Amino acid sequence: MDERLLLSLVRLAAAFALCAGTTSVAAAPAVPPPESVVANRRFVGEDGAVLYHVVCQGCHMPAGEGAEGAGRYPALANNPKLAAAPYPALTILNGRNAMPALGAFLSDAQVAAIVNYVRTNFGNHYGDAISAADVAKFR
Amino acid sequence: MSNTPEAAPISRRAFLGRIGALSGAAVMYQAMSTLGFAAESSYRAPIDLSGAPRGTSVLVLGAGLAGLVAAYELSRAGYTVKVLEYNQRAGGRCWTIRGGDEFTELGGFRQKCEFDEGLYFNPGPWRIPYHHYGVLDYARRLKVPLQSLNQINDNAWVHSTKAFGGKPQRYRHVRSDFKGHVAELLAKSVNQGGLDTALDVEDREKMLEAMRTWGILDKDYRYVASRAVDGSRGYGVPPGGGLMPKPELSTPLDPKALLQSGLWKNLVTDHDYEMGQAMFQPVGGMDRIADALYREVRQHVQFGAKVVGIDQDDRGVSVSWVDAAKGGTPKVATADWCLCTIPLSILSQIPMRVGDAMQSAINAAAPYVASTKIGLQFKRRFWEEDDRIYGGISYTDLPIGVISYPMEGQNLPGKGVLLGGYAFGPNSYTFASLDPQQRVREAVRLGAQIHPQYEKEFENGVSVAWHRMPYTLGCFAPWPGDTREKHYENLCRIDGRIALAGEHASRLPAWQEGAVLSSLDAIGRMHARITSTGEKKNG
Repeated sequence: MDERLLLSLVRLAAAFALCAGTTSVAAAPAVPPPESVVANRRFVGEDGAVLYHVVCQGCHMPAGEGAEGAGRYPALANNPKLAAAPYPALTILNGRNAMPALGAFLSDAQVAAIVNYVRTNFGNHYGDAISAADVAKFR
Repeated sequence: MSNTPEAAPISRRAFLGRIGALSGAAVMYQAMSTLGFAAESSYRAPIDLSGAPRGTSVLVLGAGLAGLVAAYELSRAGYTVKVLEYNQRAGGRCWTIRGGDEFTELGGFRQKCEFDEGLYFNPGPWRIPYHHYGVLDYARRLKVPLQSLNQINDNAWVHSTKAFGGKPQRYRHVRSDFKGHVAELLAKSVNQGGLDTALDVEDREKMLEAMRTWGILDKDYRYVASRAVDGSRGYGVPPGGGLMPKPELSTPLDPKALLQSGLWKNLVTDHDYEMGQAMFQPVGGMDRIADALYREVRQHVQFGAKVVGIDQDDRGVSVSWVDAAKGGTPKVATADWCLCTIPLSILSQIPMRVGDAMQSAINAAAPYVASTKIGLQFKRRFWEEDDRIYGGISYTDLPIGVISYPMEGQNLPGKGVLLGGYAFGPNSYTFASLDPQQRVREAVRLGAQIHPQYEKEFENGVSVAWHRMPYTLGCFAPWPGDTREKHYENLCRIDGRIALAGEHASRLPAWQEGAVLSSLDAIGRMHARITSTGEKKNG
C-alpha cells in the first residue's frame, strides 16, 4: 500500500476512533475482505463467527446488541427467543418483520453455523446445536 | 421479450425477438438488475386540489420527497398542514453529503465528510430518467437547475476479475466487438441455411444486409479489423495532424474470450428504458430538489420528531411523537387527516390503528433491500486526465459493483469525488457489516484494480449502508415474492383518515418518481373524499 494512502487511512482511523469514543462498539474478529466472502451472489465459508460478522452485524451490531433509531433492530444478546433453534433458523431463511429473507444467499450449513454461533455467544448459552439437515427441513 | 426455449421451427416473431435478446438487452435485463421495473411515469400535469374546505387539517408524517410534495400541494390548496420528521433535515433518502456534514449510523458509527468545497456525493437517488415526469415537473416549477448525467460512457471500463487477466476493457470495445461477433455468427447461420425455416429468401437477404451494416462486417460477412470497425470501436493509432503517425487499425477482442468473459452483461444499459439517455441530475446535488420543496413548507415542519403511535377515530387522527434525541413524554399532534410516508420497515414497528388489510400490507412489505454506496475524493481527476473518462459508469464484478464519474468540473484541473461503490445483495450486507472507514478502505483497495491511480490519489471518503440508516432500516421496499399481488392495493387504499405514500406505495420502487406519484395519488384521493362528503373542520 502506498505510504501516503496508509497515512491518510491512519488519520481517518484516528478521527473515527475519536468520533466513536462516546459509543460502546465491541471489537469484531478480523473480517475477511469482501471479495472473498461472496461468490455468485451467495456467501461463502461455513465459519459461524465469520458469517455473523459479514452477514448479520450490519444490523444486529458487532456484539449482538441490536440498535434503535426511528425503528429498531432487536438485540441477539441475552435474547430468550433464541432458546429454540428453529426460531432463528426460520428467521434467517424467511425473514421476519423488517428483516429480509436471507435463505437465497446462504446454504443450510451456513444457516446452521450462524444459528449455532448466535445461540452460544453474546451471553446466550444454548448447547443444542442445529445441523444443516435440520435447516433443510425448514426450507 | 421472452428468452424461454422454444421448439424449432421458431416463428418469425420469436426469431426477431431472439435477435433482440442476442443484442444484449433482454437476457441481461432479466438476469442482472434488481431494479428492473421499467415503467413510464403516469404523471401528466400538476395536481388540482381546488375546493379544499377551509380549516381542514392534514398531518404529514415524514419529510422525504413524498411528504414534502404532499405538504407543498396541500398547503397551496388551503389545507392546514403540519409535518413531523425524524431527522434534523428534510429530504429523507433524497440526500446529498458535502464537506463538513456529519451523520451517525445505527450502532453509533459517526462520519464527518471531509470533501473539499463544492464536491458532493448522493448516497441515495442520483439519477432522474427523462420519463420521470413528476420529479422533472417539480424541478421545473421550483426552478431547480438540472444537468445531464451520462449513464453510458463509451470510454469507461468494464471489468471482470475472471476475464482478460483481470484487465479492464473499454466499454466501446466490448460493445462493438460483441455486436460484430454476434452479427458474424448470425450471418454465417443464414448462409449455411440454419435459419431457412424461420426466414424466407427475401428475409434472408435483408438479414444479411442488416448484419453487415449493424455488425460492421466485411464483404464476406466477417467481423475483422478494418477502418470501418475502428469507426465504431476506436482506433489503434488515432488520426493526427501534419507528420504525426499514420492511423493504425485496432484489434478486436477474441470472440470466444469475449463471450466467456461475461462482459456483455454490462451492455444492458445501452438497451434499458429505465436507465436510458437522457438522464439528469440536479446541479450541486440531489437534495436541491428536497431543499426547494422544503423552502416552500418549512414553517409547517417539525424536525427531530420520532413517531411512536398513530391513532384515529371517526373524527380525526392523533399521532404520538417524542423528541428523537431525548425521548421523554410523548407529545400528541392531531389533525382531521393523516398522510403517512414513514418507510414500512419503520412503520411496521409503530402501533397504528388501522384495519387488518392495511396492517398486513405494511408488515408484508417491511423488509427493505440492502444497498451501500461509497463516495471517494481524489486529489486529481485521473479518470479524466489519464483514462479520458468523463462521467458515466465503469462496471466490475468486484463487490463495489460500479465506479461512477462526476458530471461536474469535467476537464478542469483539481479534485473530484467518485461514486466508488454501489453494492446490492450479499455484497451490501458485507459492506454494511464493516465500519464506515473500513468500507472506504475496501472500496479504495478494490477500485485500484480498475484505476491503479487510486492508491496515490485517494484523500478521503464517506459511505452509507442503508440498513444502518436510523430512519429507513434499508434502501427501499422490494415487495418480495407475491406480496405485491396480495397486499399492494390494501397498502394504498385510504384506511379511515389515514393514507400511506412513498416509493413503497408505488409501482416504481426505489425511484423518487414513485414517491412523488404515490403522494399525489394519495392526496388526490384524500381530497376527493374530503370534498365529496362536504367535510368541515372536525366534520
